Amino acid sequence: MVLLGERKRKDLSLYFLQLTRLLVVYPWTQRFFDNFGNLSSASAIMGNPKVKDHGKKVLTSLGEAIKNMDDLKGTFAHLSELHCDRLHVDPENFKLLGNELVIVLAKYFGKEFTPQVQAAWQKMVAGVAIALAHKYH
Amino acid sequence: MVHFTAEEKSTILSVWGKVNVEEAGGEALGRLLVVYPWTQRFFDNFGNLSSPSAIMGNPKVKAHGKKVLTSFGEAVKNMDNLKGAFAKLSELHCDKLHVDPENFKLLGNVMVIILATHFGKEFTPDVQAAWQKLVSGVATALAHKYH
Repeated sequence: MVLLGERKRKDLSLYFLQLTRLLVVYPWTQRFFDNFGNLSSASAIMGNPKVKDHGKKVLTSLGEAIKNMDDLKGTFAHLSELHCDRLHVDPENFKLLGNELVIVLAKYFGKEFTPQVQAAWQKMVAGVAIALAHKYH
Repeated sequence: MVHFTAEEKSTILSVWGKVNVEEAGGEALGRLLVVYPWTQRFFDNFGNLSSPSAIMGNPKVKAHGKKVLTSFGEAVKNMDNLKGAFAKLSELHCDKLHVDPENFKLLGNVMVIILATHFGKEFTPDVQAAWQKLVSGVATALAHKYH
């Protein structure tokens, strides 16, 4: 995790907007974003301003995970309740989003995204997925 | 049965054409063993797997990785009949190797990540979607003969 310097973290914010890839690669996830307008093609999705905005919101939230790696369940308690009680999101989808994040990092960092770096990030995204599912009932 | 559009096939073929099977194979298997350490249990006789650098540099890992990826090349040539293409390997992995089929999905995941690291910007969402479809089709095909 410490391999990501501050400078790169800022650059990443642009690439992280590519979390919209989730909607392209796993099209069933679009059902949660009915009021987002045009999601009719990959380019429509990638260019959709509501998708970009929401992607930024999700990623800011993931930034909280990075600051709170020792208490992911606590950090995501409210969001977990929200996703269960109001948004009715199948928690399997959290794993898909985590996967997308790892792929975006791989794309961006190329060779620097070594097996060890990948392992650390996979552990992180798995932890976040579990934390987001924790309050489900 | 998974169906690939003409566009998806052409995307997959175009990426595959640029892959160095030997290098990528070693990397794929190596990453699997590093990122999902429980998979090392299937490779007891591979020697030193004690650290990421030991794994990534291990010649048996590289050789076996190449074998696995060459086999994956069969998937690329037989996208319309993945179950047929992997029938024998499926039986082998069930009856002799006793590999939990969940692991096929993990390997598929690692492959997608390697492609992302190698292709960078070229690995657009469309390209990724086509490859995720392929690796998941391969995982299903490899699990098909399990009983």
